[in-house]
Amino acid sequence: MNAPDTKVRLTREHCRHLLHQMLRVRRFEEKCAELYTQEKIRGFLHLYIGEEAIAVGIMQVLEPEDAIVATYREHGHALVRGVSAGAIMAEMFGKQEGCSRGRGGSMHLFDAQTRFYGGNAIVGGGLPVATGLALADALSGKAHVTACFFGEGAAAEGEFHEALNLAALWHLPVLFVCENNLYAMGTALDLTEAETDISAKAASYKMPSEAVDGMNVVDVEAAARKAAAAIRESRGPYFLECRTYRFRAHSMYDPQLYRTKEEVEQWKGKGPIKRFQKWALDAGELREADVAEIEQAIAAEISEAVEFAEAGSWEPVENLTRDVGAERRA
Amino acid sequence: MTQISYREAVRGAIRRAMQQDKRVFLMGEDVGHYGGCYAVSKGLLEEFGPDRIRDTPLSESAFTGAGIGAAMGGMRPIVEIMTCNFSLLALDQIMNNAATIRHMSGGQFNVPIVIRLATGGGRQLAAQHSHSLEGWYAHIPGIRVLAPGTVEDAGGMLSAALNDPDPVLIFENALLYNDTAEIDEPVDVDIDHAAVRREGNNISLITYGGSLGKTLAAAEQLEADGISAEVIDLRVLRPLDDDTILASIAKTRRCVIIDEGWRSGSISAEIMARIIEQRFWDLDAPLARVCSEEVPMPYAKHLEEAALPSLQKIVAAARAAVGR
Repeated sequence: MNAPDTKVRLTREHCRHLLHQMLRVRRFEEKCAELYTQEKIRGFLHLYIGEEAIAVGIMQVLEPEDAIVATYREHGHALVRGVSAGAIMAEMFGKQEGCSRGRGGSMHLFDAQTRFYGGNAIVGGGLPVATGLALADALSGKAHVTACFFGEGAAAEGEFHEALNLAALWHLPVLFVCENNLYAMGTALDLTEAETDISAKAASYKMPSEAVDGMNVVDVEAAARKAAAAIRESRGPYFLECRTYRFRAHSMYDPQLYRTKEEVEQWKGKGPIKRFQKWALDAGELREADVAEIEQAIAAEISEAVEFAEAGSWEPVENLTRDVGAERRA
Repeated sequence: MTQISYREAVRGAIRRAMQQDKRVFLMGEDVGHYGGCYAVSKGLLEEFGPDRIRDTPLSESAFTGAGIGAAMGGMRPIVEIMTCNFSLLALDQIMNNAATIRHMSGGQFNVPIVIRLATGGGRQLAAQHSHSLEGWYAHIPGIRVLAPGTVEDAGGMLSAALNDPDPVLIFENALLYNDTAEIDEPVDVDIDHAAVRREGNNISLITYGGSLGKTLAAAEQLEADGISAEVIDLRVLRPLDDDTILASIAKTRRCVIIDEGWRSGSISAEIMARIIEQRFWDLDAPLARVCSEEVPMPYAKHLEEAALPSLQKIVAAARAAVGR
């Protein structure tokens, strides 16, 4: 048998794809922020801006049958996984055409088609569920992977430790992806953790664990390829800590009193899109015309998504209690 | 006809479910090598192996959450939580995931998990192993809450629960595990409706689970005094079967509710509210209830007995309601 191919091939086509996906997430969310100020989107809105390389790098290695569990900062994951921009936008508008029928909103995007198991707004709450999805695969002999995204704040929750232990103990095919953006809401990692190296915590549960530059999409993809190949071969878990930063506030309500403007600017300098785009242009993999074309395609997709959401309908209030339980038992 | 215990009835139901459906597996603390804290799963590890009779770490939240994930992934997990006091460590998973995911996903995902929990006091285990929290769980939309009070229900509710596409919590009162009954064939039990366990005309005694036996004994005693009591076994705490309750009230016009939960905010409070909302003008006496006293369950036997609903309290409450 050949060794699994874990190399990232930076063909022009692939570079275009990576940039396109990252920019798609960025522009989509910039639009969301705008729509939020217009009060088209309400509730909590947690933007992923600055962290796009992680969702894009990881999703490259997932197969359609693989499962995904994400957090409340999951627009990027849903988009890159293939949930339609229109359905996501309509969900944030609260329309019944939304991917969760307007029942979940920004924090609870779900999509059965792409095996996207949410949008979980309880920190750490998705880790046991991902472990269970992997358990189902293991027990039914399916060769899938479950990817579980969460922030570093989850490492302080008992469920993080319980789920890692369980996944390692039972050799379950979970790809744990920690998006370490250094702040759990407004509290810095070193104010909440005695051990700030999250990958070291995971390694203590006897699973392969690695930290990677989460601002570099190629590094993330390469690490994800290695991780996914290891999981598919061993059927056991793998932990990837992606070190990153969010450029925006925790949510739209956050005045960001806990960090300096200088720090934010410094990280913006390492921005995943900026960096990758510059590299690809300098290396001659992409031309300015490619970037313009990508931007144009994204602008069209987003304006269609907004139109779709605007044109969507409000679910009749008579349906309020629909889908609390099954209508008829199987 | 065979004489079997409540414990054996549950075990038999688990075994049958596992034989019939490869998707069914059991997991929880000490369910395998130890044989189950209440010996419910004794022998099943040898029969089905460690993949399907799965000992878990002491991680209620993770293994309950893993059950939820496994259910979403197409399996039919039975999760055993040693006592309902410990289920509080898994409450996040039960409430924020199991109960909500169908709704939050707009009906795309369902969680067909069955969670079995031991409940109730009476074994001098003090405050951290003796509480009756089923009424709390009955507060939560999106789950079904069952409380088998008979050997037949203990065996028959499980397969019905496994066929439910939504999360089902089954509260087994730990004092019932040694109860025995003559059971012919395993029967599927209706998990939508309450059962009338004894017909009567003068008063309705509404109860469930561990209090059913005491309530039936109280009804016997009342009968000897010429008071004809109807005994309703709720069996299903969510959704509540209003029709059976109200039909009984329409007949007897008086009612005492017996509930091992604490009085404040209890399931009995909810039942009283529903009766008042819908049958106030039919009532001939104020509604009454016998609940646990509002204390964390004490260890000392006499104090524990004083805290729990008793036959004497039920009889006294019923007499007061009928004015005798």
